[in-house]
Formats: sequence, structure tokens, C-alpha cells
Amino acid sequence: MMHWIILPVILPAMLAPVIGFVMRYDITLARTASVFGSALLVAISVALVIIAGDGATHVYELGNWPAPFGIVLVLDRLSALMVLLTNALALIVLIHAIATGWDTRGRHFHALYQFQLMGISGAFLTGDVFNLFVFFEVLLIASYGLMIHSGGTARMRAGLQYVVMNLAGSTLFLFALGTLYASTGTLNIADLAQRMAALPAEEAALARVAAMLLMIVFAVKAALFPVQFWLPNTYANAPAPVAALFAIMTKVGIYAILRVHTVAFGPGIPGTEGLAGTWLFPAAIVTIAVGAFGVLGARRLMPLIGFSVVGSVGTIMVAVAAFSEMATTAALYYLLHSTFAAACLFLVADLVVTRRKSDRLAAAPATIQNGLFAALFFGAAIAMAGMPPLSGFLGKLLVMDALRDPGTIGWAWTAILAGSLLTIVGFARAGSLLFWKSTATAPAVPDPSETPVPEIDAPQPNTATAAQVAPSMAMLGMLVALAVFAGPVSGYLEATSAQLFDRAGYISAVLTPGEEG
Amino acid sequence: MNDGGHLLFYIAALPFLGALVPGIMIRAGRNACASFTAVPTALALVLLGMLAPAVLRGEVIQAEIMWLPQLGLSASFFLDGLGLMFAAMILGVGLLITLYARYYLSGDDPMGQFYTYLLLFQGAMLGIVISDNILLLLIFWELTSLSSFLLIGYWKHLPEGRQGARMALAVTGAGGLALIGGMLILGNIAGSYNLTDILTQGEAIRASEWYLPALILILLGAFTKSAQFPFHFWLPHAMAAPTPVSAYLHSATMVKAGVFLLARMWPVLAGTEAWFYIVATTGLVTTVLGAFIALFKDDLKALLAFSTVSHLGLLTMLLGFGSPFAAVVAVFHILNHLTFKAALFMTVGIVDHEAKTRAISRLGGLRHLMPITFLIGTAGALSMAGIPLFNGFLSKEMMLDAASDTVWAGSDWAVPVLATLGSLLSVAYSFRFIVHVFFGPVRDDYPAKPHDPGFGLWAAPALLIVAVVAIGVAPFLAGPIVAVASGAVIGGDLPYYSLKIWHGVNAALFMSIIAVAGGLVLLAAHRPLLRAWDAAPRPEAKAIFDALIGWAVAATRSVTEWSHNGTISRYLAIFTVASVGLGWIAYSGGGLAAPSREVLPVPPVIAVGFVLLVTATLWVATMHHNRFQALVMIGIIGLSISAGFVYLSAPDLALTQISVETVTIMLLLLALHFMPKTTPKESPMGLKLRDAAIAGVAGLGVAGLAYAFMIRDVDTISAFHLDNSYEGGGGTNVVNVILVDFRGYDTYGEIIVLGIAGFVIYALMQALLNGPAARRLKNADYSQDRSRDRHPLMMVVVTRVLMPIAVLVGIYLFLRGHNQPGGGFVAGLVIAIALLMQYMASGFAWTQERKKFEYHTLIGFGMIIAGLTGLAAWLLGNPFLTSEYGYITLPPIEKFGLGTAFAFDLGVFLTVLGAVMLMLYSLSRIARFAGETVNVEPMDYDPGERVADEKTEV
Repeated sequence: MMHWIILPVILPAMLAPVIGFVMRYDITLARTASVFGSALLVAISVALVIIAGDGATHVYELGNWPAPFGIVLVLDRLSALMVLLTNALALIVLIHAIATGWDTRGRHFHALYQFQLMGISGAFLTGDVFNLFVFFEVLLIASYGLMIHSGGTARMRAGLQYVVMNLAGSTLFLFALGTLYASTGTLNIADLAQRMAALPAEEAALARVAAMLLMIVFAVKAALFPVQFWLPNTYANAPAPVAALFAIMTKVGIYAILRVHTVAFGPGIPGTEGLAGTWLFPAAIVTIAVGAFGVLGARRLMPLIGFSVVGSVGTIMVAVAAFSEMATTAALYYLLHSTFAAACLFLVADLVVTRRKSDRLAAAPATIQNGLFAALFFGAAIAMAGMPPLSGFLGKLLVMDALRDPGTIGWAWTAILAGSLLTIVGFARAGSLLFWKSTATAPAVPDPSETPVPEIDAPQPNTATAAQVAPSMAMLGMLVALAVFAGPVSGYLEATSAQLFDRAGYISAVLTPGEEG
Repeated sequence: MNDGGHLLFYIAALPFLGALVPGIMIRAGRNACASFTAVPTALALVLLGMLAPAVLRGEVIQAEIMWLPQLGLSASFFLDGLGLMFAAMILGVGLLITLYARYYLSGDDPMGQFYTYLLLFQGAMLGIVISDNILLLLIFWELTSLSSFLLIGYWKHLPEGRQGARMALAVTGAGGLALIGGMLILGNIAGSYNLTDILTQGEAIRASEWYLPALILILLGAFTKSAQFPFHFWLPHAMAAPTPVSAYLHSATMVKAGVFLLARMWPVLAGTEAWFYIVATTGLVTTVLGAFIALFKDDLKALLAFSTVSHLGLLTMLLGFGSPFAAVVAVFHILNHLTFKAALFMTVGIVDHEAKTRAISRLGGLRHLMPITFLIGTAGALSMAGIPLFNGFLSKEMMLDAASDTVWAGSDWAVPVLATLGSLLSVAYSFRFIVHVFFGPVRDDYPAKPHDPGFGLWAAPALLIVAVVAIGVAPFLAGPIVAVASGAVIGGDLPYYSLKIWHGVNAALFMSIIAVAGGLVLLAAHRPLLRAWDAAPRPEAKAIFDALIGWAVAATRSVTEWSHNGTISRYLAIFTVASVGLGWIAYSGGGLAAPSREVLPVPPVIAVGFVLLVTATLWVATMHHNRFQALVMIGIIGLSISAGFVYLSAPDLALTQISVETVTIMLLLLALHFMPKTTPKESPMGLKLRDAAIAGVAGLGVAGLAYAFMIRDVDTISAFHLDNSYEGGGGTNVVNVILVDFRGYDTYGEIIVLGIAGFVIYALMQALLNGPAARRLKNADYSQDRSRDRHPLMMVVVTRVLMPIAVLVGIYLFLRGHNQPGGGFVAGLVIAIALLMQYMASGFAWTQERKKFEYHTLIGFGMIIAGLTGLAAWLLGNPFLTSEYGYITLPPIEKFGLGTAFAFDLGVFLTVLGAVMLMLYSLSRIARFAGETVNVEPMDYDPGERVADEKTEV
């Protein structure tokens, strides 16, 4: 019996209540359990990637009810990869949160953290759109808690916006699911794919609405234009380790679009042919622009990083919008890269900002270990800007190489290249202000036109310990590894997208699991 | 792979590996640091030397490791003549720079960092010239931009350094991005990203319709890197770097990368009209312009910088001619320019180092004070001017020869005249360098007393000058390398040329004589010319660039801050409009099946309920500023919806809705106490109308959608659930069976959501009580709205009586849930209501005293029980949450069914109860914090006590 598949959900779901209720008075105990759980999750995820590596689509029928009547979990290369990405990221970020003491600045950090992981993994593993909704709720409610961890006026305000925006998204999700069920009579993705294929375009109006609304819902999570507005402020005000973990959150939205709009509403489905790609493409182009503009025009470091996350989402989605195997491979590579790059930036920024009292991009007395932080920031920034030798450059090359279609090449290439330029200039500006200009002896002249920036909690003028720097280094290490092993990784990703586009294989694996073996 | 191919990997890797060394070895001292920096470079040079004989024989050495086959990217290197020449230049000058920098950098400069950056840069540069794969070349190309950024900004405390570094990065980075586009197109045309393949496909590439875009993009990359007009402006500002950096970047390496690229791509891209007009013209303009500006620069490094721009223009022009002979000249001049320009930069560094200034106006007469430096500088400058017996003369003559018979747009004099003018200006500034710095009277106002430096500092330039003179006197020394490098550029047979001093009386000779004579005249007239130059208005590139960047930052900032202004209502409006608009577009793209259901008649009661619902909804939307009213209306809405569920035969939903509604309203009522009575009015009328219109359209859209699918039947999976509810799920209430069995996993997720919500509220409350809100709470005056009778007798009595009944109802609902409407969720809510009522009646503290368990624990137990129930199925070899049930007879009760679903439902029950109570607990903590008094008695007035006693108590 393949209980492995459900472990990434069950383990944190059982661990989190224990941490929250039994261990809540002893931070050391909670930390130990949380790290232990996360490490175990990484091991499980590796096992899942190995299991999925055989190319089969593994199905786990919850309650022993067959699809489409019960809920099934589906493990294929894509979901295994996403779960591994989540848990690898989470472990590194968790160590940072512990080493910097962020986890003690509010209540229930570790319990919420584990719940967060449960929600994300659940969303990646499910084969049912309603269950996807449920896990969206799990990951969102946990993220609300993490977002406002340790409080503060600006954070509370940003957190409220985050909650409101996502509640609106959840409401639309329910509308979309209602419409979907009322027009196709099912919620299982494989069954949906089957029924959509049989639905003639003349009768598909309602299903099309459902597909479109679902796409908007996922776009809210992914932070795609025109529903990206919530992201920069949320990430900028979230506790830095939480923002680093949130690097995976946008990917949940991207994953959902990849899964649902490829398998159920993808190419070759008469009712929804071309619907998603047509609208995703321009949205992604504008998203790149929004991100690049935000990076160049930023006044503060944290929003700058937030906007760079928006830009990277745009780059991924430009490739996703092509809905081709080659472009999906490129998108997935860039997805892996941008997750680690964004997280790395947030972790490094945390080390710097907590020692500077403010994340405003202005000269201030250089912090202790200026050189070390500058080097880390330089590495993370060139990763995010997509410069060599880190994986972002290869990712961009892959994306551009995959988008050679005459209809897309002009817009896509221009957006990616021009966006990169603005991002490079923006990061160079920020880095030179933070790390170079700050070494000049002249005291900074405060600019009265600037809006006051909230002070970051608990400035600590102390030197960074090895444990505090190690997570950032580990993130950079992941980026280096992604670049060095680009060949094998892309090989896996190629097989992943081939499997994703093998709709018949997915349907038969889920709906007639016995025949799959 | 040829013999020795693997050495290429070591050569490419050595500088990068070596870059780790200086940062560590600086701990052993500056000498150790410099020596260890030299080791990887020297080693790479030795390895290169081992490969050189084969290359000079005309072999091409190749090595390849696949890296990213999906993209066509491989770590493949090859070494041909051109690569060999450049590699030798990069490594050789690199060694000299290492030596020079050891003595140049002051004790305050972090030397380890410097050498690390230098080696990184050297590795990137080396990578460019030996890359076989153009994608790999792009990687190294961008690496040079990044590492030069670090080198130029090395003196990070100087604003010029920072700005120069950023300018260089922006310009060369932009070119690099264009180059990416160009290279990808090129690779697509050729069907391979390997240079060795692309170089054979020149014909096909030039014939392709994508040729021009590829050419322009690649040229953008090359021109920005090689500082061609109009991108030349970054180079002089990069002079803010320490002089060893300038000497390296601007003689042998960075700026030569663009020229290298032109030479490398020459067999593929050259030979077309577009190539000639773009490349040759740009080069021509750059060479004249650069030389002209150089003439007027006061800063010695700026003079050399513009001279470099001019010489790069010259090289570009030669390659742009497209003739094999010109290409040979270009290769030769690359070599010559390297030798004299590196030496000159180092000379200027020495002058700066010793005299503490490099402003020409403050120098002069140094030949007596610094004789060695004078010799080195003069030899270099004479070569730069193109005077015989120095190597600059040889290539300049050949350049003029190539220019003399080049026809530009039908004119056969334009190119020769401008080329001569360029040489003339070149002579002028070169002589100016010699005369104004070294000749003239010795002054007494130098910032520091100049004298010749130690051997360490002048050894490197002296060595280069030896090469300058050697080639100048005996040109055949450079013959083999020029031949093999030119052969690689041309990609075919070499044209006739000869490297010698005397070519006889030809056009080039006359042009050369004019240049030298004119140059001397210009120098003589330099003073008035300089005044004219200073008086003339001219665009300042840095100001333009700064303004451009400033404008870009301001523009992007205003766009970003205007669009992301933090107004959630606007974000929501955009979200709603997008959903409605895109939903409509999606809808109109398909058709609808014919309706299959009749619209049911509307009974009067339902119509009334509907009107009530609509009225209440509108009321909330319009009157929400009064929070209490809004809450009452929300209650009405909730109850109307429950009634709707009852009418539509959904008792489970109705039960759940009513209890959820009750709990929610009660909690909200408690929360209202701590909030202002009204919300602020912030939106102007126009905004309200806009939002009303958007909301109205969205509402109609949702209604239309609902209507559209309610009048149509669809084949759903629910038939299976109805059929299998009893047999497979052990219950006759299919709703409950779906909740705890068919889709128990959803429920599991949802109770976790509820549990997390309890947590989050608790954590939030903690954060609030530690934040500024706590101060407001403490200072708020709640006495005005406090009831005189906070714990009324009637309420206390009634709730006490209701308590057991409510608990009983709860248990009843829980037990029958599987077969009748009810279940753990509803039961949890009902009991929560019963408890809530106690709290409301007698206050939190009193009730808290009587509570036997912690709410946290309740939630935890709930989640864990539900989880363990699910996991229990594993013991039987079934998947998570597989239910088991059987029939049990327990006298005196009749036979009844009991399933694992029961335990799962218990988990649901506990979580719901715990979460609600934790929320209540959080609210009451706020109340306690706000200074609310705590009562220990169930009521304010104990009816059992006499009034008189009570009075004394107060």
C-alpha cells in the first residue's frame, strides 16, 4: 500500500497539534520537533520523487473510494517535485527562523509553520479540485497566522489586506467550483478532463466560465496581473523568514494553473481550447513589467524583493502560457530557481535589515560584517536578476529558447530582456546604496519627502552567527546546484512535462487504477 | 577531442578556483597574497603554452562536456589562433597586473578582495575567448559585466567609483541582454549553439530573414562592451577604478571583448552591406570622436580612456571593412594596442601614485624627476602616436592602407580622410601626453614630490615597452601569432600582407606624414583650442545618463506607487472587474445547451423571505457604518438563508447554518464591545457610485450564472453517493456520510482550518496585547456603555437551565448524525452555544473557574483523534480514512451501528468546540486587559443575600 503519498500531509497535520498544544510552553522542545518534522518531510519528499521517477502516475484513494466519487491523491513527477521543493525550502527557512529568533517573537510559530507545510503539500498532491479548495484554505489560514507573526501596526495592516484579498479569491473559487460542478457534474480532475473532452464547444459556455474563474483564482495566488497588487506589500511586511517561505506560495497558484488548465482545460479540449493561454500571455507580460518597474522604483528593500518575486512569476507564466511541453520544462526550471532565489533574498535581507533598523534604501552607517552581507546580497541579487553563473540565467535562456513562436517571440523576449535590465539596474542601485554608499563616512541626509518607514522590530547590532548565515548560504548552494546539475534536472523536468501533457495517461491512472498495475 | 583538450577545462577553471585563494592568503600578508594570486594565472599560462605549438601549427583544440543538452548548452571550449592570442594576452597581462597592483594598492585597500575580483574577472574574460558554445560565451560575457562592476566599484567609499560601476553595469549589462537575444536567434538559424558549427554556416545565416535582427542585437552587445559611439560614455567613468584595474580592463580585456566578438563572428556576419555600414561607420565615428575628446582631457586617465575609445573604434572600423586584409590589420593592432596602452595606464598610475595627481595642468617637467617613468611613458606614447620603430606605427600604416581604398556610400575619400583625421588627432594627444607631463619646467607645486618608484611598480610597464619596441623594430616576431589569429578570424586563406617597417612610398605613407605634421600643429595650438573647447557647449554624457536613470527611477516609482497605493478597495474593484469581464468573455466564447428544467412557482412566503433577504443585504451595504445595525442585519441574512435551506429540503445545511450563524453573531457581538460604534466614512460619492456599479454588475453576473446552471440538468457523480451511502458508508444520512466518509478528507482539512483559526486568533490577540493597540485598549473608557446589570438574574437562571438541555441536544445531534441531520460539526456548535451563553450570563472569569480542560487541548485532541481515526485504517491495510463499521448490541440498548466515522466525527466535534471556545477566550482576554472587572459570583446581585449586606460591600 502506497501510504507514502499521504505522509507529507499527515505528518505535519499530526505534528502541528502536538507542537501547538503539548509543547507550547517550551520553545526548545517545539524547535526540536519542528526541525525534526521538517527534516523527515524532506526525506519523505525525496522518497516520493524516487517513487514518481518510475514514470507511473500513482493514485491514493482516500477512504478507499474510487475516483471520481471519493477524493484521490495523485503522485506524479510534478507533484513529487513540488512537494520536495516545498519541504527543502521549508527546512532551510525554518533553521533561519530559529537561528535569528524570529520564532520566539510571537505565539505558535512552529505549529502554524507545520500546518502551512501540510496545506501546501496537500494542494500539490490532490487530484480533486474541491479538495484543492480545502487545502488552499488550510495553507491560507496558516499563512494569515504566519504573516502577522509578532505583530506591529504596518504588518497588521498589510496582513488584513492579505486576508481580504484572499477571502475574495476564495469566494470566487467557490463560485467557480459551483459552476464547474453544475456544468460538468464532477470535481475530480481526471474525470473533469474526460467530461470536458466530451463537451462540445456549443454547450461549453458555463464550463468556460468556470475555467476562466478558476484561472483568476489561481492567478490571485500566483500574483499575476491584474490581481498581483496584494503581493509586494504583504511580502514586504511579513516577517522575513515567512516571506522566504511564501516564495513557494505563488508557486501553488502556478502549479494549479499548470495542472488544471493543462489536464482539464488544456490543449485539444474543444470547449476551452486556447482560452487560458490567450489571456495568460498578456497578463504575464504585464506582470514582468510590473515587477521590473517595482524593483527599479523601490524606496525600500523588502518591497523591492517583493516586486522581484512578481517579476519572476511573470517570467514563469510567460512560459506556462504557451502550454507546450518544451515551454513547461523551461517554466518548471525557472520555478525551481525563482523559489530559492526569492527565499535567499529575503533571508539575506533579514540579516541586513535587522541590523540597520530600517529597510529604507538610503545610506546609513554600515552594519557589522558589511562585506559578508554584501557578498550574500550580490549572489542572491544576480540570481534573482537572472545573471550567470547561477541558475536564473539558464532558466531565462530556457524560457526564451522555448518561446520561439513568431507570435510570441517579440513580446516575450522583449519583456524578459528589458525586465532583466531594469531588475539589474534596480538591484545594483539598491546594493550600492546599502553596502557601498553606507561605507562612506558622510552622514546620510534624511529626505523629508520620503514617507516614514516603520521600524523593523528588535534591531540587533550583533554579529551574525554561523547558524544565521548558513541558511542563506544553503539557498545560494541550491542555486549553484541547480545550475551545475542543470542537465539532469532538466531531464527530470522534461519527463515531468511529458507526463503532465499525457492527459490520457493521467485519466486512466486515476479513473481505472487497477489496469495501470 | 584532440590531445590536450582536457587542459582547456583546467585553463578555464583555474582563475575561478584561484579566486578563492587571495581572500584567504591575505591573512599571510600582502606579498603572500599577491604571489598566490599569480600562481593560478601562471599555471594557466603554462598550460596554454603547452597547447600553443599545436595551435600555431594550425590545429584547433577542442573539449566538451554536456551541461544542459535540452538547451544545447555544453561546457565546450576550443582554442584556435584567435583564442590563443587573446588567452595569452589576458593571462600575460593578468600576471603583470598582479605584480603591479601589489605595489600600487595602499595598505588601507583590502587586497584580498581586489585579487579575488581580479581573478574572477580574468576567468570570465578567459572563458569568453575559449568558449565554443555561444551560450557558454554569454555566461562568461555577463560574468565580465558583473566582475567588472565589482572591480570598478572597488573603492566603494568614492561616489565616482559607485556611479562608474553602476553605469558600466547598466550599459554593458544592457548590451549583454541584447546579445542573448542575438545569440539565440543565431543559434536558431544555424541549428546549433556551437561556434564551430555556426562558423561553417555563414552563407545560410547571412541569407536568413533573421540575419538583420540577429546582427543588430549582437552588435549592440559588442558595441556596448567595446565602448563604441554612442555607448562610449561608460568607459571614461570606469576610470574611477584603481589604475591596475583600468590598465587591465581597458587595454587587454573587458573592452576588447566586444572587438573579440566582432572578430569571432566575422566569418559568419561580415561581408554584407548592413555589416559594413553599421560596423565600419560606427568605428569611424568613434575613432575620430574619441581622439578628439582625448585631446582636451585634463585627467591623464581620461585622456587614455578616450584614446582607448578611439583605438577601439579603429579596430571596429577595420573589422567593419569586411576585407580580409583589414581583418589582419585589426588582429595586429589588437596586439599592439594592448602592449602600449597597458604600459601607458601603468605609467599614469605611477605618476598618480608618486605625484598624487594625474591632472595634466598640475604636472610637467617630470622627465628630470622620474627618468625611468619618462622613458616608459614616452615610448608608449610614441607607439600610440604611430611613430616608426614602435609597434603602433606598423599597424597604423596598415590601417591607413586599408582605409585608403575603402569606398563609403559611393564616396572614395570619406573613409581615408576621416581615418587620417583620426590618426592626426591621435598624434596630437599622444604628443600632448609626452610634452605636457614630462617636458617643460620642473614645478614646485606638485601635491607630492615626484620620484621614480621602486622596481616592483615599473617592472611591468617596462616589460611591455620592451615588447613595444621589439615588435616595432622586428615585426616578424609577431608574425606567427598574427598569422594564425588572422587565419581564425578570416576563416579561410590569408590575404597578402607583410609585417615590416618600410612599405615603400604609398598612400598610407602620405596620410601618415600628414597625420604627424598635423598632430604637431594641433599640439602647438593646444592652448587656444582648449579655451574654445571649454567655451563650447557640449553634451555631458554622464549628466544625460544620470538624468535618464533618474527619470527611469522616478517614472517607475510613480507608476508603481500610483498602482500599488495600498487601497484594498481598488484592488478588489480591479479583481472584480477582471473576474466579471473575463468571465463574460469566456461565456460568450461558447454556447449553452437548451434548458431542461422548468422554473418553479414562487410561493408568497418565499417571496417575502426573498425580499427580506435582499433588503437586509442592501441595508448592510448602505448602513454598515453603524456596526451594531450591520450585525443585526447580517443575522437576518443568515437566518433567511437557513430558511431557504429548509425550504429546499436541506435540513443538514439549515442546522449547520443556524448554529454557525448564532456562534458567529455572538462572537462578533462580544468583539463589537471593543470597537468604535461606527466605522469612518472615507469614500467620496463618486467612488461609492463606482463601487456600487461594479458590485451590482458582479452580483447580476453571479445571479445570471446561477440561474443558467439551475435550469439545466447535468449528469453528476452524486448518484453514486446516494447508492453507496448505507452499504459503503454505514449511514442513511448521505450528507453526513459524504462529510465523514466519501469526502472525509475534505472535512479533515476543514477542521484543521478551524483549529488553525483558533490558533491564529490566539496568536493575534497576543500580538495585539503587546502592540500599540494595547495602549488604546487600556485608555479607552468603556464605563459609559457598560450595563448597570451586567449579569442579569433572568439570563443567568435561564442559561443554567438551558445548559443541560443544550448539551443533551448536542449529544443527540452528534449521535444521530450518521443517519439523520446532525453530526459532529453541528453538535460542537450547539454545545459551544450552550457554553457561550454561560459566559455571557455570568462573565468569563466565573465560567473559567468551572472549566475542567484547556481549549488548546480540546482542539489538539480533536485534530489528533480525527487523524488517528484516519490512520487506523492503515492497520487493516486500507488507505487513510477508510471507514469500518459494525453492529453492536449493548444491553439494555438495542442493536446499533458503530463505525470509525463516529470517532472521526468526535474529532470534528472537539475541534469545533475548542476553536469556538478559544476564540471566546481570546476576546475575554482583551476584555480583561481593557480593565473590565472580574466577577467571582454568577450574578452581580446575589438574590440569596440581603440588600443591606450588599450595600456595605460596595
